Amino acid sequence: MKIGALKETSSGEQRVALTPDSAIKLNKLGHECLVESGAGIAAGFIDKQYEDVGVEICKSGEALIKASDVVVKVQPPSESEIKRLSSSKTLISFFYPGANEALMDLAKAREASVIAMDMVPRISRAQKMDALSSMANISGYRAVIEAGNNFGRFFTGQMTAAGKVPPAKVLVVGAGVAGLAAIGTSTSLGAITYAFDVRPEVAEQVESMGAEFVFLDFEEEQNNNTSTGGYAAVSSPEFTNVQLAKFREIAPDMDIVITTALIPNREAPELWTEDMVASMKPGSVIVDLAAEKGGNCKLTVIDERIVTDNGVIIIGYTDFPSRMAAQASTLYASNIRHMIDDLTPNKDGVIVHDMEDDVIRGATVAHNGEITFPPPPPKVQAIAAIQKARVPDKTPEEVRADEVVAFKKQTKNQVILLFVGGALLFLVGSYAPASFMQHFIVFILSVFVGFQVIWNVSHSLHTPLMAVTNAISSIIILGAILQINSSSSIVMVLAAISVFFAGINIFGGFLVTRRMLAMFQKS
Amino acid sequence: MEIGFTSAVYVLAAVLFILSLGGLSGQESAKRAVWYGITGMALAVSATLLGPGLGHWWLSLALIAAGGLIGYLLASKVGMTEMPELVAGMHALVGLAAVFVGFNTHFELVNIASMDDTAKKMLGGFSGLLAKKSVVEINILRVETALGIWIGAVTFTGSVIAYSKLAGKVTSEAIKLPGGHFLNATAAIVSVLSVAWYLNSGELLWMILLMVMALFIGYHLIMGIGGADMPVVVSMLNSYSGWAAAAIGFSLGNDLLIVVGALVGSSGAILSYIMCKAMNRSFVSVILGGFGGSSGPQMEINGEQVAINVDGVASVLNEAESIIIIPGYGMAVAQAQQSVSELARKLIAQGKNVRFAIHPVAGRLPGHMNVLLAEARVPYNIVMEMEEINDDFPDTDVAIVIGSNDIVNPAAQEDPNSPIAGMPVLECWKAKQVFVSKRGQGTGYSGIENPLFFKENARMFYGDAKESIDKLLPLID
Repeated sequence: MKIGALKETSSGEQRVALTPDSAIKLNKLGHECLVESGAGIAAGFIDKQYEDVGVEICKSGEALIKASDVVVKVQPPSESEIKRLSSSKTLISFFYPGANEALMDLAKAREASVIAMDMVPRISRAQKMDALSSMANISGYRAVIEAGNNFGRFFTGQMTAAGKVPPAKVLVVGAGVAGLAAIGTSTSLGAITYAFDVRPEVAEQVESMGAEFVFLDFEEEQNNNTSTGGYAAVSSPEFTNVQLAKFREIAPDMDIVITTALIPNREAPELWTEDMVASMKPGSVIVDLAAEKGGNCKLTVIDERIVTDNGVIIIGYTDFPSRMAAQASTLYASNIRHMIDDLTPNKDGVIVHDMEDDVIRGATVAHNGEITFPPPPPKVQAIAAIQKARVPDKTPEEVRADEVVAFKKQTKNQVILLFVGGALLFLVGSYAPASFMQHFIVFILSVFVGFQVIWNVSHSLHTPLMAVTNAISSIIILGAILQINSSSSIVMVLAAISVFFAGINIFGGFLVTRRMLAMFQKS
Repeated sequence: MEIGFTSAVYVLAAVLFILSLGGLSGQESAKRAVWYGITGMALAVSATLLGPGLGHWWLSLALIAAGGLIGYLLASKVGMTEMPELVAGMHALVGLAAVFVGFNTHFELVNIASMDDTAKKMLGGFSGLLAKKSVVEINILRVETALGIWIGAVTFTGSVIAYSKLAGKVTSEAIKLPGGHFLNATAAIVSVLSVAWYLNSGELLWMILLMVMALFIGYHLIMGIGGADMPVVVSMLNSYSGWAAAAIGFSLGNDLLIVVGALVGSSGAILSYIMCKAMNRSFVSVILGGFGGSSGPQMEINGEQVAINVDGVASVLNEAESIIIIPGYGMAVAQAQQSVSELARKLIAQGKNVRFAIHPVAGRLPGHMNVLLAEARVPYNIVMEMEEINDDFPDTDVAIVIGSNDIVNPAAQEDPNSPIAGMPVLECWKAKQVFVSKRGQGTGYSGIENPLFFKENARMFYGDAKESIDKLLPLID
């Protein structure tokens, strides 16, 4: 099949859906790649690079769509682009089907298949093609960089000859993919980072990235967010009030605030109110990653950088991924490549649009002249059930107490065993004849020696131990040798057979042990 | 030669045997320990051959030589993956020898009983010893002999079945005849009764009945125990062969036999105990077969198994800095130990920290994995026991599970209703990434789903272990 990447037409979009690297990998799947001339220039990939890896360059978008079976791009297609699709063609791009019904109708009329990269279900198998996560990761990183660009001080605290520089304090609201990326970037730049999320179970992830989780003093039965596919749900008004109060308390201390809170299919919740902005120090920076959905701060102006009256800078850009076009294109092209990988199950260059597959079904919004949006819920649940509460670690005193108890128990056990054992021996001794007792004592002592000795045997030598005990258990040969001298022929025959078997055992057992032990080598 | 001299040599031999077992505490001292064992055995046998009242020593020597030749041939060509079968098979020989020696004691008793006093005084060696016994002593002797025959016979059929199961000649599934443990119990009761009858009558018939019952118990007991419990079974049989020798030692009045039998018996018992503890099951429940009932519904597993191909595994391994490999029975079945060793060697050559984690019940014999890895020239100081390495998983980049299942099952810790709840397991899921080399999507021996395969950080590397790893090798650079 031929896979063609269009040049993006929307203004400011610098990404491209195919990179030379991803083209090489698509070739391995048996596909041929095409690219519209100049499609990768804004992201730093010139036509020559594509040509070098065997990608065909098409002069115009029209020619490219005509020549390709699968058209890939980043932004949703324009009407003219979708009209050029025919029934045999597949389009893969961001599509936002909820907001683009007219485009879906057009695709339906053209009987083209459309796979929306923003509709890939959030299940672990589909992570490799989750373009929203890839882009969110970039947004989170870029948000910190953008904030640093506008922030007049260091992130990291320093002691210089000229004086002490305090570290910047960064608050990240919303610990989704973007939030975690922002936390990671911010801590690695040396800032003191705080993070908040309405889902308390992400606290562990936040702390693993080196930030401090802002806990609220609020007890609420958290709704199990497995039902929302791991996304945050709307909080109760009481919860929101406690949360805002906490933010109000810490706002004056914060130098940089990055808000990433989004709830699927809803206006962004207002988390950073005007009075919080007013209480911040001049020169502080707010980066609102939710600007597209109205912003977590109501002062945010979409796609603008504004400065408030008290000198706080609010950044409302929505094109962070495009601002890092080379990185974003690499990741997006890789997501696309994984999607095509799943569409090519036999790796033979033949696309199989398997509507039974959860991932493909979920992402497909139009297929065979029908609109297939919204998809049915996936067959497997996205996120594992919430872990049970952790058992608190024991304090040293408790550990000590446990040890004392264990020691006492052990002593008690040993004393009881000794007592019982002694009583039994006494019992046997008072009835059995002396000749028996003589042997019996030897037996008991040997068992005891055996127990003492064997506990020290290293685990890794258990097989040689079995082989060697097997070999020495052929000591039974002594009995047979003693009996072989019998006047009765049947005794002699049986004894002879026993000697023979035991002989096999002695030599076999010891030899095998030697072979095994010789193999154990130190590096 | 005098009796005193023989006894002195026996003491020396006993000390050597104890040293031999004690020496197995470390890999280096073990190489010396096996020579102690050999010397002890050589001393014991020659002292007996040269001892007082012995005839036919030339016959004994010839038979030992013939048996030794066969043993030598067997032991030199056996592969390390076949070690469990070999050990199990050899236990059968000891068991059988014990049965024969026990019957001989009976025959000698009958012979002596028919002699008059003057003839008795003429007797030497073993029969001479018997002739001097009083009535009480003879009754004790009969019990000892019966015990020796009984344990020996159980060991014999049990070992034969264990051998067949391990060699794949009999299905490794747990099979019970209708009636189950009732049959075993009946056989055990009949055995006790036949000892009582034998004490009263001294007739051979009861001894034979006893033997038949014991043979049945050995057969039925081991048939009812499934594949992964084999480490317990083999060490248990090992223990039995020791107790059989000890019982025979009592009936022959030979202290060396008693000492060695007790050593071997307690060694096997401890091994069985260690194996049971590693599975968090009681010895009784292993012997009676099957897993204990669970107290409620098992935890549901959410998620799906995600497959990965060889390129994916290779690229992650090339990036990783610390790697832990967890081999299991699947590695032995696929004969993949050489490939695994080569993989480890290549990764170590890249300066990565590569270690092996061995669960006590991995494989079909205690310490089976250690022997296989040693055969494949994996240095033993990077092969770790479970307790040594379990805390290191959170700092590990990649854990590779090769052909093991239940021993890495997180359900043992997370799901109190799981049949293996509480069993100590290797916590490989705490590593950043886990690869599982596995034939297909089936469950392990215990028949329970493994939530590990559904974890977010687990990737399934389907296929035969050896082929998969051979494909992986050229991609590690």
